[in-house]
Amino acid sequence: MARAATTTDVFNAVAEPRRREILDLLAEGERPVHDLVRLLGLGQPQVSKHLRVLRAVGAVEVRDAGRQRVYRVNGAALKPIHDWVRRYERTWEERFDLLDSVVTELGRTEEEHDHDTARNRRGEGDPAR
Amino acid sequence: MTQPGTGAAKVTLPADDQILITREFAAPRHLVYRAWTTPDLVRRWWAGHRGKTTDVELDLRPGGRWRYVMIANGGFEVAFHGEYREVLPNERLVYTEVYEIPGATDEGAPVVTVTFTEDAGRTTVTMRTETHSQELRDMILESGMEVGLQEQLVILEELALSLA
Repeated sequence: MARAATTTDVFNAVAEPRRREILDLLAEGERPVHDLVRLLGLGQPQVSKHLRVLRAVGAVEVRDAGRQRVYRVNGAALKPIHDWVRRYERTWEERFDLLDSVVTELGRTEEEHDHDTARNRRGEGDPAR
Repeated sequence: MTQPGTGAAKVTLPADDQILITREFAAPRHLVYRAWTTPDLVRRWWAGHRGKTTDVELDLRPGGRWRYVMIANGGFEVAFHGEYREVLPNERLVYTEVYEIPGATDEGAPVVTVTFTEDAGRTTVTMRTETHSQELRDMILESGMEVGLQEQLVILEELALSLA
């Protein structure tokens, strides 16, 4: 299947802002092309071109409903994207969790230091806090 | 375990070319800032559980460079570097971030702004990643997904959120 270089996968297909708008609109439910044309304020040829790209990577599906062509989102094709985001999110979660322990430890050290300082200053064993 | 902040990091997309990550920590901000900017401490958190941080260099002043390297669990090396644009101790850091892969250049690198705000002994860290221009972003994207990880995130997260 011949595809343009920029649309070989779903990641590249959704890189285009208008295509993401189309997906956003279709995420609410299936729509015929003229609906998309109206909502996007684009010409029919441009919308059709974007839809072709989205179809080529499986991000949208189409069915004939009488004289209309109705498009809908294909969630399964978008799953790699979702998985990718989750992986990125998890990385940050992990980092922040570790950062939490580092910061907590710094807090403890600082407190001990404060205690020691107070103790030294007062020359007593049990600083009141 | 002590109270670990609010737990989850929040990812939002304030603009088409921006990613905003927010996270609260149950600690005063000078400590969070210290952990963020001290090489020995950065080593302990930056790789997450995905590997081991092997090198942390940071020259914390405007124009100063930073570079972090980790060996991922798969055995391969992952490195990022950049330059500090602004350093306001305990408050704000602005730096560029380049993911070191073949062909990556410093020119037009994403700019990250980290802010630390404290409220009643708790610190909120926000990280805003901005790409320079839509043209550049799209160009990076069109050259392949492995090049523009930051830029990709904008799109992917947006879409994931819209599907949620």
